[in-house]
Amino acid sequence: MNLTLRVWRQAGPAAAGQFVEYPVRDISTEMSFLEMLDVVNEQLTEQGDAPIAFDHDCREGICGMCSLMIDGVAHGPMQATTTCQLHMRSFRDGDSITVEPWRAQAFPVLRDLCVDRTAFDRIVQAGGFVSITTGNAPDGNAIAIPKPDADAAMDAAACIGCGACVAACPNGSASLFTAAKISHLGHLPQGQPERYRRALRMVAQMDLETFGGCTLFGECQAACPKEISIDTIARMNRDYIFGAAFEQEESRAGGAG
Amino acid sequence: MDLISNIPSGPIDKKWESHKFDMKLVNPANKRKYHVLVVGSGLAGASAAATMSELGYQVSCFCFQDSPRRAHSIAAQGGINAAKNYQNDGDSVQRLFYDTVKGGDFRAREANVYRLAEISVNIIDQCVAQGVPFAREYGGLLANRSFGGAQVSRTFYARGQTGQQLLLGAYQALEKEIAKGGVRMYTRTEMLDLIVVDGQARGIVTRNLVSGAMETHLADAVVLATGGYGNVFYLSTNARGSNTTAIWRAYKRGAAFGNPCYTQIHPTCIPQSGDYQSKLTLMSESLRNDGRVWVPQSPGEKRPPHQIPEAERDYYLERKYPSFGNLSPRDIASRAAKEACDSGRGVGPGGLGVYLDFRDAINRVGRDKIEERYGNLFQMYQRITDEDPYAVPMRIYPAVHYTMGGLWVDYNLMSTIPGLHVLGEANFSDHGANRLGASALMQGLADGYFVIPYTIGHYLASRKFAPVAPDHPEVRATERAVEERLRRLVGIPGKRTVQSFHRELGKVMWDKCGMARDAEGLQRAVSQIQGLREEFWENVNVPGSGAELNQSLEQAGRVADFLELGELMCRDALHREESCGGHFRTEHQTADGEALRNDEQFTYVAAWEHAGDGQAPILNKEPLTFENVHLATRSYK
Ligand SMILES: Cc1cc2nc3c(=O)[nH]c(=O)nc-3n(C[C@H](O)[C@H](O)[C@H](O)COP(=O)(O)OP(=O)(O)OC[C@H]3O[C@@H](n4cnc5c(N)ncnc54)[C@H](O)[C@@H]3O)c2cc1C
Ligand code: FES
Repeated sequence: MNLTLRVWRQAGPAAAGQFVEYPVRDISTEMSFLEMLDVVNEQLTEQGDAPIAFDHDCREGICGMCSLMIDGVAHGPMQATTTCQLHMRSFRDGDSITVEPWRAQAFPVLRDLCVDRTAFDRIVQAGGFVSITTGNAPDGNAIAIPKPDADAAMDAAACIGCGACVAACPNGSASLFTAAKISHLGHLPQGQPERYRRALRMVAQMDLETFGGCTLFGECQAACPKEISIDTIARMNRDYIFGAAFEQEESRAGGAG
Repeated sequence: MDLISNIPSGPIDKKWESHKFDMKLVNPANKRKYHVLVVGSGLAGASAAATMSELGYQVSCFCFQDSPRRAHSIAAQGGINAAKNYQNDGDSVQRLFYDTVKGGDFRAREANVYRLAEISVNIIDQCVAQGVPFAREYGGLLANRSFGGAQVSRTFYARGQTGQQLLLGAYQALEKEIAKGGVRMYTRTEMLDLIVVDGQARGIVTRNLVSGAMETHLADAVVLATGGYGNVFYLSTNARGSNTTAIWRAYKRGAAFGNPCYTQIHPTCIPQSGDYQSKLTLMSESLRNDGRVWVPQSPGEKRPPHQIPEAERDYYLERKYPSFGNLSPRDIASRAAKEACDSGRGVGPGGLGVYLDFRDAINRVGRDKIEERYGNLFQMYQRITDEDPYAVPMRIYPAVHYTMGGLWVDYNLMSTIPGLHVLGEANFSDHGANRLGASALMQGLADGYFVIPYTIGHYLASRKFAPVAPDHPEVRATERAVEERLRRLVGIPGKRTVQSFHRELGKVMWDKCGMARDAEGLQRAVSQIQGLREEFWENVNVPGSGAELNQSLEQAGRVADFLELGELMCRDALHREESCGGHFRTEHQTADGEALRNDEQFTYVAAWEHAGDGQAPILNKEPLTFENVHLATRSYK
């Protein structure tokens, strides 16, 4: 099939960007969206033009490296699918497709379709872990974990950190990402000792980065390629409120010092 | 070159224990004076960096992706082995050890494998404590499944996303240490060369992939955990960015390369659909627990699968290997699939596919159960092929998946360059000529969490480290070499894209150094690759400059290294006049087409030494001895 692509081109973080149109011919419906971009890049290179920079790695929907707003939708038209798993059979001959980077204040554009998502790592640094060190763990079966809890933890842990939730959110909020980690660890006994502290710290970091606030639009859940539920956000809010209450008590008691 | 394996003396089950006692320690207050570079943030790198930082070392960690969480380990689906024997089905450290040595076709070092099996149990405990949501039974205890090459259920898993969950555990531990200030993380940063001063690995030269800036990092020791080099075949199940650059540069600086030709071709991948194809997708081997592999009895069969009666199907794995059946090891299952297709009985486009059929399993346990076990894999299959695997059998075909070869390391995971340690898929250890399913994750985490934290201390405590000046001649020379190479790459006034070279190299490798190899083909491949390499340096077209985010340049550097590595792989395959594991030389097979080893002449590790560009590499041999598992013909019949 033949298509027209309108692609966001931007030479660097400080450069001004604009849309550039590329006619694309002879695309097979079996190709993935990124393979289609590979073909375009091969042609651009042969013509002496700069190929389009876009992030990708695993190309099987798990690393979270690929992104792209496709016709205004994070990861394109197919539900629960990353851009790398989107195939051209989702489009029709003659379509014109607009391709943009994630748009969010906290994700500055580096070049063309690549953005900087390191804010996510900093949110995890704030508390998205269990503070144990290597070598002192008890036997794996020492604590039985009810299957529903393990399953619920896994549902939330499936987040691939791609940032589609932020890109889809009218406020540019990172709530779904942050809540997914808080829910994952909060559902497990191993996550309990730091549960409230984790929520407080991760939320505080999220606010420090330039993400917007959550007003429960729900766009994040619809855009999430792993179908992480917005219920995780309710859980995060609960843990946060609890945490805030406890922290006041703790500081009134003078802490451990 | 001396290959000193440093295997501790004593009985096999006491070696690691006594070695841990014999190794020197760095006193806690002194640890922070040592600086270690860890290149790679996959399972091996992230676990190593986090653990060394916990111990108190200063660590810098590097990855080329935008976050350490995206390393290729994230894609592992099926599971991780451990000799827990929670299922009470006869597993033990001894059995995991035995299975791994046998699975590797007696081409791995016994002592390393035994240690791996011992440590396997600690890994599961560690990961559970980190909050890795492994699958559980209703009683709340950990669930297991079985995997190819084993007759016990020892594989732990987190749905079809085991690698993801293990990596997130290691990543979170790493982020915890970054927050504490113990690790400095460099993302979107690629190591382009190794700095060796006075014979010791003392640093690396990197390129910042966003700004293009070159940086030099000096330290007391370097750890490479940069993954496998399966992408030398262009099409593989590896992530697109997986590459050989770090270990190849180290090889050229003096690290021996062990068994480069040992490549694992995985039997269950989605067949290729066109020339534009950019990668092949694995369908986890765990599917073979419930799926039955078959092809039509008669060549050229045109009927759709459901119209082919039972009597006209050949369940060839069950027929040829009755005791392991569909769970035969990977090398055997792949070769059997190739044989079926070569005999004209392959299915799907080009006859390059076999069926993996869930009909019987769905009838037996119900669709729900199958969906619970493999839902995400079925969904992935459907998305890629537009076919419903609940209704029609999957079509699968072997694809390049894993490289058992890698930099040679001793028992301490140190290469032939003092101070340069190599972990995970990047080293050659543990898997011999064939890796068993669910053992790579185990090895990566064993190396990172439980081996290197001990052995690095021993290395650091055994030597004196004078600081290296930033303008030391070796440092300057390495920086200049990197700059020069980048300048050359962007300056070639060529016509062909990097990708077209990579694709062509991949085809040569797949045809001549893939599932079946022979002397004539390998010799031809060596000269074809040399020709292609020459053309590359005259006719490649790398747009843009080195001073910006330039993905073509990144790819060009990696492909240039693959063009050298490919030749070494063919040379290694050519010299090894036997068939073992994933290395199948058609000249060496039994009457019924099974691999025929030559233990007399080839029970050794081939460790290749760089002798200079344009020179034939030098072969060094580390003899292997089998004192605990007796050399025997591997049989799964
Ligand atoms: C699809 C798939 C499924 C698999 N499933 C399983 C399974 O179920 N069970 C199992 O045991 N094994 C499985 N494997 C194998 C296993 O996933 C890998 O062998 C293992 O994860 C490798 O881990 P690693 O830490 O050695 O390297 P990787 O995870 O590949 O990490 C390499 C790291 O090095 C960095 N890097 C590389 N080069 C450079 C450079 N030049 N400069 C800076 N950084 C660099 C990368 O950024 C990355 O962080 C699977 C493999 C694939 C492809
Ligand atoms: S490239 Fe990894 S999720 Fe798309």
